[in-house]
Amino acid sequence: MTSIINLLLALMLSPLLIGVINRTKAKIAGRRGQPLLQPYHDLVKLMKKGSVYSTTTTRVFRLGPVASLAAVLVAVTMVPSGGMGGVFSFAGDFVFMAYLLGLARFVTVIAALDTGSAFEGMGASREVQFAILAEIVLLLGLAVLAIGTGETSLTGIYGKLWVSAASALGPASLLVAFAFLIILLTENARIPVDDPNTHLELTMIHEVMVLDHGGVDLAFIQYGAALKLWLFAALLTGLAIPFRTGIVSLDMMVNTAGIFAAAILVGFIESGMARLRLLNVPQMLIAALAVTVASLLWILR
Amino acid sequence: MVMGLMMISLAVLLAGSGLCLLPGGPAGGNTSRTGVITGVAGAVPAIIAALVVLETGTAVSLRLPWPVPFGSFYVAVDPLSAFFILTISLVCALAAVYGTAYLDAYRAGKNLGPAWAFFNLLFASMLLVVISRNGLLFLVAWETMSLSSFFLVMFEHEKQEVRLAGWVYLVAAHAGQACLMFLFVFLGRQSGTLDFDAFTVPPGAAAAGVLFLLAVAGFGAKAGFLPLHVWLPDAHPAAPSHVSAVMSGVMIKTGIYGLVRIISLLGMPAQWWGWTLILVGAVSGVMGVLFALAQHDIKRLLAYHSVENIGIISLGLGLWLLGVSTGHPALAALGLMGGLLHVINHAVFKSLLFFGAGAVAHAAGTRNMDVMGGLAKRMPRTALAFGIGSAAICGLPPFNGFVSEFLIYLAAFGLITGAGVPGGPMAGGLIVLAALGLIGGLAAACFAKVFGIVFLGEPRTPQAAEAHEAPAAMRFSMITLAVLCIALGLAAPLAVRLVLPAAGQLLDSAQVSAVSLMAGGLLWKISWGGFAFIAVSGFLWGLRRRLLTGRVNTTGPTWDCGYAAPDSRMQYTASSFAWPVIDMFKWIIRPKLRVSVGQDFFPRRAGLSSHSSDPFRRNLFDPLFRAVSELARRTHVLQQGRNQLYVLYIAVTVLVLLLVKVK
Repeated sequence: MTSIINLLLALMLSPLLIGVINRTKAKIAGRRGQPLLQPYHDLVKLMKKGSVYSTTTTRVFRLGPVASLAAVLVAVTMVPSGGMGGVFSFAGDFVFMAYLLGLARFVTVIAALDTGSAFEGMGASREVQFAILAEIVLLLGLAVLAIGTGETSLTGIYGKLWVSAASALGPASLLVAFAFLIILLTENARIPVDDPNTHLELTMIHEVMVLDHGGVDLAFIQYGAALKLWLFAALLTGLAIPFRTGIVSLDMMVNTAGIFAAAILVGFIESGMARLRLLNVPQMLIAALAVTVASLLWILR
Repeated sequence: MVMGLMMISLAVLLAGSGLCLLPGGPAGGNTSRTGVITGVAGAVPAIIAALVVLETGTAVSLRLPWPVPFGSFYVAVDPLSAFFILTISLVCALAAVYGTAYLDAYRAGKNLGPAWAFFNLLFASMLLVVISRNGLLFLVAWETMSLSSFFLVMFEHEKQEVRLAGWVYLVAAHAGQACLMFLFVFLGRQSGTLDFDAFTVPPGAAAAGVLFLLAVAGFGAKAGFLPLHVWLPDAHPAAPSHVSAVMSGVMIKTGIYGLVRIISLLGMPAQWWGWTLILVGAVSGVMGVLFALAQHDIKRLLAYHSVENIGIISLGLGLWLLGVSTGHPALAALGLMGGLLHVINHAVFKSLLFFGAGAVAHAAGTRNMDVMGGLAKRMPRTALAFGIGSAAICGLPPFNGFVSEFLIYLAAFGLITGAGVPGGPMAGGLIVLAALGLIGGLAAACFAKVFGIVFLGEPRTPQAAEAHEAPAAMRFSMITLAVLCIALGLAAPLAVRLVLPAAGQLLDSAQVSAVSLMAGGLLWKISWGGFAFIAVSGFLWGLRRRLLTGRVNTTGPTWDCGYAAPDSRMQYTASSFAWPVIDMFKWIIRPKLRVSVGQDFFPRRAGLSSHSSDPFRRNLFDPLFRAVSELARRTHVLQQGRNQLYVLYIAVTVLVLLLVKVK
C-alpha cells in the first residue's frame, strides 16, 4: 500500500524536480528565477495546444513520445524508495527496468530520425553513443549492489542497503553512488553532458532530438524526462542516504527530501561547471565505469 | 506415428526436390509452385511430429540396416531434436512462401528448378541432421546441408563477388567438416561403433576435452563463432533473401544443435568448457555487433548480427556448463533454457529481418542503406514488420528477444550473488553480464540506424522514392513472423515450455521443473509488464487523439532550425549515424577513411567514404591461405603432368615401403 504512495509521489512531484533545479541555478546566478511550479504550467500549456507535423514524418514520429512515456511509466513502478519496495518487483526487475529505459530511448531516437533533419540525426547519433556506456555502468553498478546484498531485485537490494551499508558494502556503495550520479547527469541530458537550456546549438543531444515535437507530444516528452530524473534520483538517494528510522512515514519523507536534495545538487553542478566537449563525454563515462569496477574490486576483495 | 510423420516429411521434400529438377516441371513450367507446395507439405508433418514429442516428452527412434561400413540408418526424435525440428520447419515453410514471390523477379533470366530443388534438399538435410543418431549418417546429412546451401549461395553465379563468397563458404564448411570427421573417428574408435547412444568416453578428462574442442571448432565453423565467422558476411548477402533467412535463421543453429548434442554425450563437463563457451560467446557477441555497426550493406549487417546472436546463445550454453561443473544446477538450467530459447527467438526475428531486407533491396534496387530512406511511406507493412523485428533483435521488451536474454541475465546474476567465492563462477557471471549489457546498447544503436535510415526520413534516390510494397506472399511471411515476435514476448511462460523438455533431457529433470516454476512465475511478471506497457501506450495514444481533436492541426516541412531549403542529401546517413560509436571502438574495428577535399579556394566536390573490412579475414585467414597457396606453388615442381614421372613416384614409393618392411 505504502509503495503506491511512493509511486503517486513520483507521478505528482517529478516535474517539481525540474523546477527545483531551475530555481537553484537562478539563485546561484543571482537571479530571481522562474516560479517553482513553472514546469507544471508548461505542461498544462503544451497539453492545450494543437499540433504541427512535418510532412516528412510517419506514424513513428507520433508514436515516439507515447511509447517512450509509457515505457518510463512502467519502469518507475519498479523503483523502491525510502525503505519501501517498488509496486512491481521480482528477481531481475532492474534488467527489465534498464531495458524499458532502452525501449524509451530507441523510440525517441527513431522518432528523431523520422524528421529527416540533419540536426536531429546528430542528436540521435550522440544519444545512442553515450547510452552504450551509460547502460553498462548502470548494470555493473547494480551487479555490485547485488553481490553486496545477495539480492536480485531492486526492492530486495534497496531494502537491505541500510543493514549492510555499515559493514561489507560501505565504501563500495559510495563509489557506485558516484557512478550513478554521472549516469543521472548523462541519461537526463544535464550539464556537463548536455545543456537542457539551449536548443539550437549543434552540440545538443536530447533537446535537438525533440526539436520538431510540439504540443501534446512535447508535454509527454517533458513529463517522461521528469519521471526519468525522479527514477535516477531515487536510485541515487537510496544509496547515498542509507539510514532508516523504521517509521515508514518518516523514512518516506527523508527519502523524498533526499530526491529533492539530488535536484539541488544537480543545480549546483550545472552552475559550477560548463558543458564538456563532446569528445570528452565518453571519457567521463569511462571514468564512471572505472569507478564501478573499483567498487566491484572492493566488494570482491 | 512421430517417426512416420518425419519419414513422410523427408520423402515429400526429397520428392519435391526431384520434381523441381524435371525439365518443364509438372506444374506447367512453374517450378516455384512445385517448390513451395512440397516445401510447406514437408514442413507440416515435421511440425506435428515435433509438437507431439515436445508434449509427451518421449523419444522415438528407428533403425534400418544400411550397407555401409560402420553406418546404420539410425534416426531418433527426442525433445532436443524436436525443438530444432520445430524451428527449422517453421522458418523453412515461411521462407518457401516468401521465395515464390521473391524469385519471380528472376523468372525471365534463370531456370528456377535447381534453386527450388536445392532449397528442399537443404530443408530435408537439416531435418536429417537433427534426427541422425549415427556418426556416418550425420556426416552425410551435414555434407548434404553444406553443399545444397553452397549451390543456393551460388544462385547468381554470374556475379564475381557471389562466386568469391561461395568459394569462401565452401572452404569454411569443409574446414569445419574436417574437425567433425576427426571428432567422430575418435569417438568411434573408442566405442567400436558410430551410433551415438553407444559412444563411451573414458573418464580421463583429456580425451573428453579434446573432443569438446573439436566439437567447438567443427560446429563453431557452421554456427559462426568468432574467428570462424568469416564466411557469414560474404555468403549471407550473396544468397537470395529467403535462403539468407534460412541459412542465418536456422542453418547456423544446426551448429548449436551439434555442439549441445556432442556435449551431452561427453559426460560430466569440466569447468573450463564453460569458460571456453563464455569467452567465445562474449567475443563473438561484442565483435559481431561492432562489425555490424560499421556496415553499409543491409544484408551484410544482418549477417554480422547473426555472429552476435550466436554469441548470446553461446553465453547461455557457457553458463549451463559452468553451472553444472560447479554445482549450481538451477542456474545451469536457466542458462541452458535461455540459450535454447534464444535459438528459436533468433530464428524468428532474424528470418523476419532478412525477409524485410530482401523486400527493401528489391524495392530500392540496392543493398546500400546510405541511398535508401523514406521507405516506410512506400512500403508500410514491410516497415511495420521490420520495425518489430528490429526492436526484438535489440532485446527490447515486450518482444521475444528480451525473454531469452532475461533468462541468461538471471542465470548470470544468480551466479554472481549465489556462488560465494569470487574468481570462479562469479567471474563467469560478471563477464556474461558485462558482455550482454554492451551487446544490448550496441545492438540498439545499430538497429536504430537501420530502421531510421532505411525506412524514415526522405528518400535519397529517385529509385527509393518510387519503391513499391512487397507482394502478398512476401508480406504474409513477414507479418506472420512479426506476430510471433510479439506472441513469444508476451506469452513468455508458454514459450519456455518449448525448451523445457529439451532442458529436462540434458539436466536433472526435477531440478529443471523446479527452475521452470520459478522462471515461469518471473516470466509472467515480464508478460504483465509488457501488457502494462501496451495498455499505458494505448491510453496515452487515446488521450493524445482526444486532446488533438477540434484543435488546429497542421502540417509543414521539417523545421530544421529554420533552414529554408532542406535537401534529402543533408540527412544523416547510416555511416554518419554510426560514426561516433565506430570512432569510439576504432581500435577494434579499424575502419579506413578516404577523404577527398578540393585544394583551391572554392572547392567544388568534397567526398568522404569509410570502409571496414573484417580484421580476422585480413589479418588471420588471408595470410594463412596465401601461405597455403605459396606452399602449393612450391610443391608444384613435383607435378609436371607427365605420366612416366608419376609412375616413377609410385615405383619409388613402393620401393621405399618395401625397404622399410624388410628392415
